[in-house]
Amino acid sequence: MGGLSSRHLLEIEALNSRDIDTIITTAQSFKEVNERVIKKLPTLRGRTVVNLFLEPSTRTRTSFELAAKRLSADAINMSGSALATVKGESLVDTAKTLDAMDCDLVVLRHAYAGSPHILARTMRARVINAGDGKHQHPTQTLLDLFTMRQHFGRIEGLNVGIVGDVAHSRVAGSLLPALAIMGASATVIAPPTLLPARPDVLGAHVCTDLDSILPELDVVYMLRVQQERLGRSPFPSLREYAQLFGINSQRLATLKDEAIIMHPGPVNRGVELSSAAVDTAKNLLLYQVSAGVAVRMALMYLLLGGEEDGFAA
Amino acid sequence: MNSTTTIMDAKAIDRAITRITHEILEYNKGPEGLALVGIVTRGDILAQQIALRIAQIETMQVPVGTLDISFYRDDVAAHLAPELHTTSLPFDVNGRTIVLVDDVLFTGRTIRAALDAIMDYGRPAEIKLAVLVDRGHRELPIRADFVGKNVPSEPGEHVRLFLEQVDGRSSVEVWKAMPGERIGSAPVPSSTTKAGTTRTSHIEATKSDTTRTSREETT
Repeated sequence: MGGLSSRHLLEIEALNSRDIDTIITTAQSFKEVNERVIKKLPTLRGRTVVNLFLEPSTRTRTSFELAAKRLSADAINMSGSALATVKGESLVDTAKTLDAMDCDLVVLRHAYAGSPHILARTMRARVINAGDGKHQHPTQTLLDLFTMRQHFGRIEGLNVGIVGDVAHSRVAGSLLPALAIMGASATVIAPPTLLPARPDVLGAHVCTDLDSILPELDVVYMLRVQQERLGRSPFPSLREYAQLFGINSQRLATLKDEAIIMHPGPVNRGVELSSAAVDTAKNLLLYQVSAGVAVRMALMYLLLGGEEDGFAA
Repeated sequence: MNSTTTIMDAKAIDRAITRITHEILEYNKGPEGLALVGIVTRGDILAQQIALRIAQIETMQVPVGTLDISFYRDDVAAHLAPELHTTSLPFDVNGRTIVLVDDVLFTGRTIRAALDAIMDYGRPAEIKLAVLVDRGHRELPIRADFVGKNVPSEPGEHVRLFLEQVDGRSSVEVWKAMPGERIGSAPVPSSTTKAGTTRTSHIEATKSDTTRTSREETT
């Protein structure tokens, strides 16, 4: 049957490999739709999707909004100072208000880990986590998996290196368990100051020397240096970080022929990727963005369609 | 147990396809400007076979497309397609005579969805409908232009086309449905309230103030 084993998408561990396969194959159909002249389907006509973004975001919010609109759902964006939370309303009260307005799906971006769970417990509507604090960013992970599958034809057995700020990254927070679910091998590559105190909890290989491992990787996943999240400086300078953990022309040359460079965006040019590396990886980085719309369409379709199919709710 | 009646065998199906092919060519006065669009998962194979016959008769290849109408269904809220197939119309739809090909014509809802889907690709000159079996019981004002066989059927019966390429045998078979079973693309005949009325008890839900009233429970 269609549908997923979960009513919401709060964290990646709620999905099994069959669910992820379903999302990827469904997204492939939507990718075709996004390549048409008329990029619109009537599938979710009459449904309401609320994008509740309590943290600044442009690309993720735009991607969700496009996904909803291409499925003919009514998309409402609530973000920034327009929000009642600024006036002191609690998340639970906001949730009840949205429920009273009969919305079908809430996409939540929030600065605190676990807030999508609160929403899901409180609301009748379905909830998608669009990034919660330093916890997870599951839709980013699904579009990353989609991109890997499209490029390699498989995810299982891939050797994926995740480079950078693993300790603060919600992208890594959901990518690592997802790779385990899909049977890929993960290595985190970062200075010890950007790793959790106990890196063994990550369930991945840990490496502090990028050059030693680069030739073995199929996917080099560069995390953004989130300067807004770095409190005390974990490395002496951006320049030094770029020299030790950035991809530049010399390092590009040591990659496997079929290896790919991925980045969740936006890229700090000259830090994670040198300008030359950005230009080499550009097509795939843009592919990730367009895959994002298709994957989010697939999620909305799978979460909002087939309500009477008997979800494990 | 269910008894199955075979109403068309491989030979009969073959002849019907050949006749439909001739009818299409006769109607269109040849293969020019023609395109076939098959609805997955049986209509696309029928469309290929019609195209093959046109190539034999007219020595001209007409373009063939496939259509998955899952995203255009009028009952997405009720159920999801178990499996999605790719839609590909590898030709310009604008100004063409499109022959939509499906296996069994029943309620007409699949065809309604397919018409919407094709319109999203452009503005064809006309759309004709070819089906191998017309079993009646239309719920929409839709009729086929080219029909392999009219099969009078009961609403509670399955009428299904099996094809060598996917099923290992070619035949059209009729059998009685189990209670509550889905028939074709028709909604599940059951007593449960359907989408649209699911939200009527909204006020009660707020009144009882249970925080976790799922939509299923409110019906």
